[in-house]
Amino acid sequence: MVTTEKLTQMVEGLAVFAVLVGLVLAIAGRAPRAGRSDDRRVAIAFLAPAVLGLLIVVIYPAVRTIYESTFDADGSDFVGLGNYATIFTTPDQIIVLRNTALWVILSPLAATSLGLLYAVLVDRARFESFAKALIFMPMAISFVGASIIWKFVYEYRPDFAGVNQIGVLNQVLVWLGGTPQQWLIESPWNSLFLIAVMVWVQAGFAMTILSAAIKGIPAELGEAARVDGATARQVFRRVTLPLVRPAVIVVLTTVAIWTLKVFDIVRTMTGGQFDTSVVANEFYTQTFRSFNQGVGSALAVLLFVLVLPVILYNARQIRRLA
Amino acid sequence: MSAAAARLSTVADALNLRARRSRRRLSSPWASLTAILIAALWTLPTFGLLATSFRPQGDIQSSGWWAVFTEPRFTLDNYREVLQAQNSGSSLFDAFLNSVAITVPSVLAPLSLAALAAYVFAWIEFRGRDLLFVIVFALQIVPVQVTLVPLLQLYVKLDLAGTFWPIWISHAIFSLPLGVFLLHNFMKDIPRDLLEAARVDGATHVQVFLRVVLPLLAPALAAYAIFQFLWVWNDLLVALTFANTSETNPITVALANLAGNYGTSWYLLSAAAFVSMLVPLVVFLALQRYFVRGLLAGSVKG
Repeated sequence: MVTTEKLTQMVEGLAVFAVLVGLVLAIAGRAPRAGRSDDRRVAIAFLAPAVLGLLIVVIYPAVRTIYESTFDADGSDFVGLGNYATIFTTPDQIIVLRNTALWVILSPLAATSLGLLYAVLVDRARFESFAKALIFMPMAISFVGASIIWKFVYEYRPDFAGVNQIGVLNQVLVWLGGTPQQWLIESPWNSLFLIAVMVWVQAGFAMTILSAAIKGIPAELGEAARVDGATARQVFRRVTLPLVRPAVIVVLTTVAIWTLKVFDIVRTMTGGQFDTSVVANEFYTQTFRSFNQGVGSALAVLLFVLVLPVILYNARQIRRLA
Repeated sequence: MSAAAARLSTVADALNLRARRSRRRLSSPWASLTAILIAALWTLPTFGLLATSFRPQGDIQSSGWWAVFTEPRFTLDNYREVLQAQNSGSSLFDAFLNSVAITVPSVLAPLSLAALAAYVFAWIEFRGRDLLFVIVFALQIVPVQVTLVPLLQLYVKLDLAGTFWPIWISHAIFSLPLGVFLLHNFMKDIPRDLLEAARVDGATHVQVFLRVVLPLLAPALAAYAIFQFLWVWNDLLVALTFANTSETNPITVALANLAGNYGTSWYLLSAAAFVSMLVPLVVFLALQRYFVRGLLAGSVKG
């Protein structure tokens, strides 16, 4: 009953949308008057939904948020740059900034180097595509799902006689003779355990791009170096690495952009408690939990400002690669 | 032609032979060990939770998942319970249906809008076209977060809150900059002569778009559809903001709520997590080829 209702709503939505596209095609499809081009009409009709949509759903709200970031918590009084001052001076918020810095430096570096290492190791190996699929698979899993998988890895049981650890990390620690730890409590180390989840998800992306770059290197180059007596490690450092450098930079910056925007991991694993919040999560907490729209908007704008230079650099690198 | 092909295949054979020889020389035991170690680190956490989801509740509490190797006991009770459980008024099954109802329009809509726009940017000349294209492309830099609050207010004002419309519209439009860019890249590669020939024969733009361009674009559309599907199905932030009622919330929101409210009920969490992962994993594994191609086109081409 409820099932059919939801699916009916979906079909209705699709129908409304189909009518819109049909309208666009009908307007654009009218035969042009003899001797005149229909270019203009087609261009306007084809572009209208996308351009209007972007204006209303992206550009207007973005401008509005920048404006709101100069007002107080309920948006009634103008405070100038006061909210930004809050972000850069309140101790809690400084921890958020510190964590964000940790995330944006560590997760691209770790994901890219692991991805590169793995791509080199399995390159032309017998089970290459299977081996790659294993690392690649986390990309299909939501950050929420990945967070739950890893929360289970970090699961902690009090260290009493007769109590078994059910989290694999603590069990390994016990097998090695250590005492179980609450991995997600102790700051700043807990951030590292959250970052590990991001690395786990993104290494597959890094590996895919870098593996393609490695395969683009003519085999003769490595061969020649080997013939001249270079070791595998030297070939990697002197031949492979310089040639895949542009791809490495693209991967680093792409992962950095994603890392800045991701809030799901922190939200699901700690909710930002225990000093683990990052800008993207703090935006959500301030806006929808503390109902401080001013600081929330300022955090969103800060996120924008942080992402901007990375994206511009990334775009330049991509153009150079092409 | 066949001579050239034969020559090519000989060269390919030679390269393959060389590749195989160099493989033997490159692979050391340490390299294999490292690769296996990384592969284990990347698969064991998922496997652990998967195994847990099939274990009886009592077993999960008292021993780690690795115990399944010594005392294998399996059950489907966790899945049964989580699909019927009444968490916040709706079962995970409802949330699953919401995910379907959200995802299908959120993929099809931007796919067609982006294809229409990309066609114009690739094939119709007009003043200011390149500037407009750069602006659309550049909107990729706007993080979703910057738009959420004013957009939510807008949806409330339009009386759309509580329906699927806010999340459909948001997902559809947010993905246009990337979609237009991706499809435009592929579209530029279609030989100009092909389209011009059709135009000279009297076909309108709409006919060219539907009969010539769309069929040629199928692989690119597939790549973009998979991206968008994974993005929408796995999204949490947009759903929390626009589809956070029990009638509309997708499975990611239900899962996040479950993790928040029943943080240590691993028998429920593990099963719920795998219900949510099933569809994207199947789609992903089945269509991996297109996904990889899209990934390479998006970040290496450009």
